[in-house]
Amino acid sequence: MHRLLCALFLVSSSAWAVIETYEFSSPDLASRYHQLSQELRCPKCQNQNIADSNAPIARDLRVVLYEQLEAGQTDAQILDFMVARYGQFVRYRPEVDRQTALLWWSPLLLLVLGGVGVGRHFRKKDHHPAQGLTAAERDQVDRLLEDRLP
Amino acid sequence: MRVKRFIPLAGFALLALLLFKGLSIDPTALPAARLGQPFPDFSQPELLTEEVIGASALQPRPALVNVWATWCYSCRVEHPYLLALAAQGVPIYGLNYKDESEKARQWLSELGDPYRLNITDRDGTVGLDLGVYGAPETYVLGPDGVILHRHVGVLDEAVFERDIRRFFTAPGRVAQASAQEGGE
Repeated sequence: MHRLLCALFLVSSSAWAVIETYEFSSPDLASRYHQLSQELRCPKCQNQNIADSNAPIARDLRVVLYEQLEAGQTDAQILDFMVARYGQFVRYRPEVDRQTALLWWSPLLLLVLGGVGVGRHFRKKDHHPAQGLTAAERDQVDRLLEDRLP
Repeated sequence: MRVKRFIPLAGFALLALLLFKGLSIDPTALPAARLGQPFPDFSQPELLTEEVIGASALQPRPALVNVWATWCYSCRVEHPYLLALAAQGVPIYGLNYKDESEKARQWLSELGDPYRLNITDRDGTVGLDLGVYGAPETYVLGPDGVILHRHVGVLDEAVFERDIRRFFTAPGRVAQASAQEGGE
């Protein structure tokens, strides 16, 4: 029983991908098919790629992908075809443009902002090192303490 | 220095605003890639006449192009409203999407036919060129054949009045069209 459970956990997520058989004319096309179908997003089930989704539209897009690969289209041409119809949304790695710039650059922006914040935090401490008391202050402290002591 | 104290509050307010706005955004609404472009040309048989037609057959305009199929439950829900719109004189063209033509013809004869014509798109190729990802979807074609608007989901009166009516408000156009078909 344990072994069965372990085996289940070892099943990779791609094994859940929809099973369809396409006959590719070369192994290179098959691997490009695999890669592109992982990278294209299903317009209907938005959190699945077209390789994993069972939606009819995902099946259609897989057929298109297969046909275009076999027709000798480049990856860029195929992606352009998809984007022309479904927008940058259809790609899990969208092109950097005005709409997606924030998506691409915000992690870097946040990192820089955080870095600046941390930097300032520590620099301030360096600029104001804890200074000892001056002689006058020390006298004052002594006097105050003496007053308090019985 | 006092200002500094308010930085976390300002940050919180900004984030709250952002998240609050996020609540009202529909994540399933996709930007239509084809907006502002002419309706993609096609060469498919008309559903009833079986005559091969292209995008130039979608006349008169402005008009609606409604993506429907007999397997689509929501299409049945919106069908009566499409009939009502057609009766008002709004030209509606159907895109019979990945459907069986026989069933589709039966549907139209049973439920009524709001469409001026129907593009038979058995394999979904026209739908694919249009960026359709389900049914029902409704597109607005401008007078020059350009796609002006897309609505995903059931088209009802509220949606039409809110989002679509404005494309048909060129003075008298709808009224004129409905006058011509006063007999229906």
